[in-house]
Amino acid sequence: MSTNLAPPVSDPQNLPPTGDEAAVVLPDIGRDAEAIYVAPNWKLVWWRFKKHRLALVSGIVVIFIATIALLPEFYSTLPPHESDSIRSFIPPQRLRFFAGDGTFLYVQDVKGQRNQKTLMMEWVPDEEKIIPVKLFARGFEYNLLGLIPTDIHLLGVENPDSGQKFHLLGTDRLGRDQWSRLMFGTRVSLSIGLIAVMLSIFLGILLGGISGYFGGTTDLIIQRLIELLQSLPPIPIWMALTASLPRDWSVEQTYFAITIILSLLGWTTLGREVRGRFLSLREEDFVVAAELIGCGKPRVIFRHMVPTFYSHIIAASTLAIPVMIINETFLSFLGLGMRPPAISWGVLLQEAQNLQSIALAPWLLLPGLAVIITVLALNILGDGIRDAADPYS
Amino acid sequence: MTSNTEQTTNSTNGHPLLDVKGLKKYFPIKKGFFKKTVGHVRAVDDVNFFIREGETLGLVGESGCGKTTTSRCILRAVDPTGGRVLYRAKSGATVDIAQLPASEMRRLRPEMQMIFQDPFASLNPRMNLFDIVSEPMFVNGIKSRSERADRVAELLQLVGLRPEYMQRFPHAFSGGQRQRIVIARALALKPRLVVADEPVSALDVSVQAQVLNLLLDLQEQLKLTYLFVAHDLSVVKHISTRVAVMYVGKIAEIAPTDALFNTPKHPYTAALMAAVPVADPRVRSKMIPLQGDVPSPANPPSGCYFHPRCPFAEAVCKQETPQLQEIEPNHFVACHRAKELELDGISAN
Repeated sequence: MSTNLAPPVSDPQNLPPTGDEAAVVLPDIGRDAEAIYVAPNWKLVWWRFKKHRLALVSGIVVIFIATIALLPEFYSTLPPHESDSIRSFIPPQRLRFFAGDGTFLYVQDVKGQRNQKTLMMEWVPDEEKIIPVKLFARGFEYNLLGLIPTDIHLLGVENPDSGQKFHLLGTDRLGRDQWSRLMFGTRVSLSIGLIAVMLSIFLGILLGGISGYFGGTTDLIIQRLIELLQSLPPIPIWMALTASLPRDWSVEQTYFAITIILSLLGWTTLGREVRGRFLSLREEDFVVAAELIGCGKPRVIFRHMVPTFYSHIIAASTLAIPVMIINETFLSFLGLGMRPPAISWGVLLQEAQNLQSIALAPWLLLPGLAVIITVLALNILGDGIRDAADPYS
Repeated sequence: MTSNTEQTTNSTNGHPLLDVKGLKKYFPIKKGFFKKTVGHVRAVDDVNFFIREGETLGLVGESGCGKTTTSRCILRAVDPTGGRVLYRAKSGATVDIAQLPASEMRRLRPEMQMIFQDPFASLNPRMNLFDIVSEPMFVNGIKSRSERADRVAELLQLVGLRPEYMQRFPHAFSGGQRQRIVIARALALKPRLVVADEPVSALDVSVQAQVLNLLLDLQEQLKLTYLFVAHDLSVVKHISTRVAVMYVGKIAEIAPTDALFNTPKHPYTAALMAAVPVADPRVRSKMIPLQGDVPSPANPPSGCYFHPRCPFAEAVCKQETPQLQEIEPNHFVACHRAKELELDGISAN
């Protein structure tokens, strides 16, 4: 009896967790189903997107980079234009933890030595001297988002009055802090990409939409225009257009001019896509239904047709931003885009154009890494969004 | 009514709600780089029929014969190439929908609505039930949200759905349920004429019956007039008061349902009847398979479009296009030999 009873006794011990799980899981399925039934489109997209781990990580990276673009002053340690000709070509100073005297964060100071043969200044780490680094330290003054005056920085020396400086990514030819310049360059490069893509999207949706919705001669003209623009080799055209910008234009003027030049040639692909979608959507039953219940044209277009390709537009633009960033970087690198004193990734890389920099100061190439990380993150993110974009497929 | 209504005045006491005269819809065939028009697909080619208030006109025909185009022309979802669609509006005035400017057409929209074939394509997947069913009211002037919510709840109950489902999206529903949503949307504006374009052909047979009975119940309750497009004869027989048979963009025969099914007068109708399977193993099939294919509406044959396949064709059929004529009260046929032929229908059962 007792041996026969043993399994049922041990079973109830094993069962409760599974029984509990079942009790918890079953209503969960019910609630989940109801949640799916009432889930609007963006929720379905988000649920699908979440499953794409790499894209999710890229999304976080992109958000982080976006905060840099928004608040470069906060992330930078020194004013980006502050030059010190004595302190040129200082190699990157690594951030270290837990010094002997109990300092939590510090960098090793550097000391300059004249090379007796080449007579060039060479910087070596000074083992004895450390510069304590503080989070949220006080530094140069700036306006947060252009509005709030403050002097708080993510990283800074503990005592700003001591005159101590540290360079996380070293310094360039003129002794300017590369880290801070990279932060400011991020703002320019990223925003050019974003604004150029937004302009392209605007042009693409407008012209593609007109072309697809109205059809006929309008369609014919716009399509031939797109073909013409696409048949032009983009690089020489950009070079010609940017080279024709007046040399005496201010930094802001060049910035806007380049944005417009990039987007004027960039809208064609999106325009084609939007047109194709409009053409097929026009025949969809739910669009006909909207017309039959008396919706006016604007309502049919903006309430019924455009929302069905929101997600595709978001995906397409996420994939277009890195292309724009590369274009800007490339133009600036050739000296045709942004020009000093403006700071962009291309301008920073221009510094690394000659053999001397690559041999003596290879850290000047680090902005290239920033370009690669950003472009990769945006591409993976765009892929993830594109895969998640159509939850009904 | 206009003077040109011999068909109507002959046969009915009441005025028809809808009178379609010589309706034509040609789609141009374009070719080459310059998109030159090289011909036309005559999707709807001189179609005449009328619908009385409160009745159901079934419109049957093979795929591609122009049924759907006809129904869309009537609602001006596509602009007809020619002909007139006379509609007796609620105000009492008779208007020609085929010629109406867009602004006036929009004012008339609430009176006529459509039920679509594919319930998966006719609901915007990005709107929930409340938005879908209340949108007709919203765009036609009922802006108060609570008022619309009440009406949506009422409509959902009317079509057999629970009002609690209002917040759900179409992806939560099966085909039959979606078709009920489509019906609820169509009824939102209290229409008089409902054009149902194959409303059950995308549904399972068991669900078909439910939706058909719902449509019949609603017709009785709300005094609706239906134009019911279908290719399934048993469905049409179940729901229609009268039936029109279409062949290559033309009406072949129109008659009250019983008359059409019992004593078809057009050889094409008879062939359709013969093709209906009989659920009785003892009945020997008398099916005479039609020879040849349906002609292309881009290049129809001369004379009667049916003559190449018609077992009774004569010389006159090749030369002259037969006109729709009333050979018995309410029974219209477009066939030169309608009066002499004795054709088999489906005996009443």
